[in-house]
Amino acid sequence: MDLSSINWLLLVASLMVASTPILLAALGELVVERAGVLNLGVEGMMIVGAVTGFVAGFESQSAVLGFAAAAVGGAALSLLFGLLTQLLMSNQVATGLALTLFGLGLSALIGQGYIGARGVEVPDINWGPLSDLPVVGTVFFQHDAMVYLSLLMCLGVWYGLQRTRAGLILRAVGESAEAAHALGYKVVRIRLMAIAFGGAMAGLGGAYISLIRVPQWTEGMTAGAGWIALALVVFAAWRPGRLLLGAYLFGGLTVLQLNLQAAGVAVPVEYLSMSPYILTIVVLVIMSSGRARTALGAPAALGKSFHAAA
Amino acid sequence: MLRRSFLASAALALGLGTAAVAQDDPTKVGFVYVGPIGDGGWTFTHNDGRLAVEAEFGDSVETIFQESVPEGADAERVMTQMALSGADIIFATSFGYMDQIIAVAEKFPDVKFEHATGYKTAANVSTYSAKFYEGRAVQGHIAGSMTESNVIGYIASYPIPEVIRGINSAYVHAKKANPDVEFRVVWVYTWFDPAKEADAATALIEQGADVILQHTDSTAPLAAAQQAGGVIGFGQASDMAAFKPAPRVSSILDVWGPYYVDRVRAVKEGTWETVETWNGIGDGMVGIGEITDAVPAEVKAEAEALRDAIAAGEYHPFTGPLNKQDGSAWLADGEVADDGTLLGMSFYVEGLAGEIPE
Repeated sequence: MDLSSINWLLLVASLMVASTPILLAALGELVVERAGVLNLGVEGMMIVGAVTGFVAGFESQSAVLGFAAAAVGGAALSLLFGLLTQLLMSNQVATGLALTLFGLGLSALIGQGYIGARGVEVPDINWGPLSDLPVVGTVFFQHDAMVYLSLLMCLGVWYGLQRTRAGLILRAVGESAEAAHALGYKVVRIRLMAIAFGGAMAGLGGAYISLIRVPQWTEGMTAGAGWIALALVVFAAWRPGRLLLGAYLFGGLTVLQLNLQAAGVAVPVEYLSMSPYILTIVVLVIMSSGRARTALGAPAALGKSFHAAA
Repeated sequence: MLRRSFLASAALALGLGTAAVAQDDPTKVGFVYVGPIGDGGWTFTHNDGRLAVEAEFGDSVETIFQESVPEGADAERVMTQMALSGADIIFATSFGYMDQIIAVAEKFPDVKFEHATGYKTAANVSTYSAKFYEGRAVQGHIAGSMTESNVIGYIASYPIPEVIRGINSAYVHAKKANPDVEFRVVWVYTWFDPAKEADAATALIEQGADVILQHTDSTAPLAAAQQAGGVIGFGQASDMAAFKPAPRVSSILDVWGPYYVDRVRAVKEGTWETVETWNGIGDGMVGIGEITDAVPAEVKAEAEALRDAIAAGEYHPFTGPLNKQDGSAWLADGEVADDGTLLGMSFYVEGLAGEIPE
C-alpha cells in the first residue's frame, strides 16, 4: 500500500470536476420536484444537452455557445414532458421514463456525424496569483467556469427557494396545487417554468460531460448520471445545501476508488463501483413508500397531476 | 412398414420443401452488440464486420442488430426475439452473454450461435475470439520504450482472462524494453462509460503515469491524455485515428469481417459446424494500427519487427522463463504457454503489483 503517490489536493480538485454534471442536473430536478412535478427523464435531457452542446460548440468553436445550446436543448425536451404531463394530463412517471428513451435515441441521431470529432478547448479560469496559493489554490482556483457556476447556482437555488416570494409560490404549488390555485396562482404555468429550468440545468450537466469532462461525443456517454442525479435529490431531502454535499460525496466515491486503485491499494472495487447505484435503488424504494416520503420532507403534491377543473 | 416409409418420405419431402424455401429467402443474420455502434471502439468494429457481410452477399442476406444490450437477462430476451423472427445465425459480441447464449441455443437447435470471447460451446454454438494479447505485446514494447516516468497506467474493465492476458502480455514486453517499468492497474467494471474512463485516466495521470493503456471501448482516455499533455495512449479495438499522431501513437485493430463472411457462407452452404476459433495477427483477425512519428524510429522498427515475428509464428508473447506473481515457476526457459492456460488465465506474472479482484 502506497498512499503517498496520491496527491490529495489534486484528488479534491478532480472530485469537484467529477461531481459537477450530477450537481447541475440534480439542482434542476430539485426545483422541478419542489414544484410538485416528478420528471424521471433527467438522463434523457442530460444526453440531449450533451449532444446539442457538443454540436453547437464544435460548429461555432465557442464553449459558451455550446453550453447555451445545451441549456436550450435540455429545456426544449423538458417542455415536451411539460406539454404531455401538465396540459395533456399524462402520467408523470411513465412520461418521464419515455423521455429518457426518447432522449437517448434522439441524441444518437443528432450526434451521427460528430462521433470521434474533437471538441472545443475550454480554458480554466485565470485567477492570477490566487491559483498559486498553497492548498487553496490547487483545490479552488484551477477550474473551468462551469464548476464555479454550479456552486453559484446551488447558492442561487437555495436563496431563490427560501428567501424570495417566487420561491415561496413555487413551494406552495408543490405542497398543495389546489390551495395555490385557490389563491390565484397559475399552477400549470409555474410548473412549466420549473420544468424548463430543470431541463436547462440537466442540459448543462450533460454538456459538462461532452464539452469538458470527456470532451467529445459518444453515444450513451452520460451512462446513468441522470439516475444518480435523481436519487441525489431524494438523498438530499430536497435541500440545496445537502445536495451539494451529496453530489461531492457521490463524485468523491468514484474518484477516490480510482485513485486508491491506481495507488495499488486493494479496495473492494465491485462494491465501491456499485455503491452509487445501490444508494439510488434504496432511495427510489424509500421514495415509493408514502410514509417515508413525508418523513423525508418530500413536497406533498409530488407527482400528482393538477387540473384546474378538478 | 408401409406407414413408416410413407412418413419417412413425407418428412423427406417436407425437409426438401423447407430447404428450397430457405434458398429463396435471404439468410437472416443477427448481431447483438454490448455498446452503441458509435462507441468508436469494440462495437464499431463488429458493426464493420456486419457491413462486410452485407457487402459480400448483397440481397441474399438480411442483417439485423441490437445495440447496447446489457450483459445478463436482457441478452436472453434479445436473442430469443431474434431467433423467433427467423434469424439463421446470431453473433453475440460480448463475454457476458455466455450463459444466455447456451440457454437460448438449447431452445432453438436450428439456429446457429456464435459467441465472441466466450468458452462454452454446444452443437449449435461456436466461439470465436482474437488473440489481442499479441497486439498487447507490441503495445507494451512501445509503452515501455517511451515512458519517462516509468509509470504506465492501465485501465482494465472486468477481471476476466481476456483482460488479464492483455495486462500480462503488455507488462512482459514493457519490462523487456525497460526493466524499471511499473504498472498501475485500475478496474472500472464497465466496457463503456466515457466519463468514468476519463476519470480513471485522469487519476492515473495525476499519479505520474505518462502512458495510458486501455481495455475499455471509448476514446475518452485518449481525450484525457491529450488534455493532460505529454501523455501517450493507444487506440483500442478500432484505430481511433482522430487522436493521431499523439496522444494515439498506435492501436490494436479488431478485424471481424472475414470471419463473419466465412461463417455466414457456411450457414448458406449448410457446412456450418461448431468451432472454437482463436486467431491472431498472422490470421489477420488482429491488426496493429499505424505507428505514428511520435514514436522514435528505432522503437517503431523494433515494434514492427516484434509484430512480424508474432505474425510469422516465430515468437510467442508468452515464452519462458516466466514466473507467476507469487514467484512460483510458470514457464521454463523457451517454453511457450499453451492455449488452455491462456484461455483461463487468472493470475498476474511476476513483477506486477496489486491483486486481481475476485
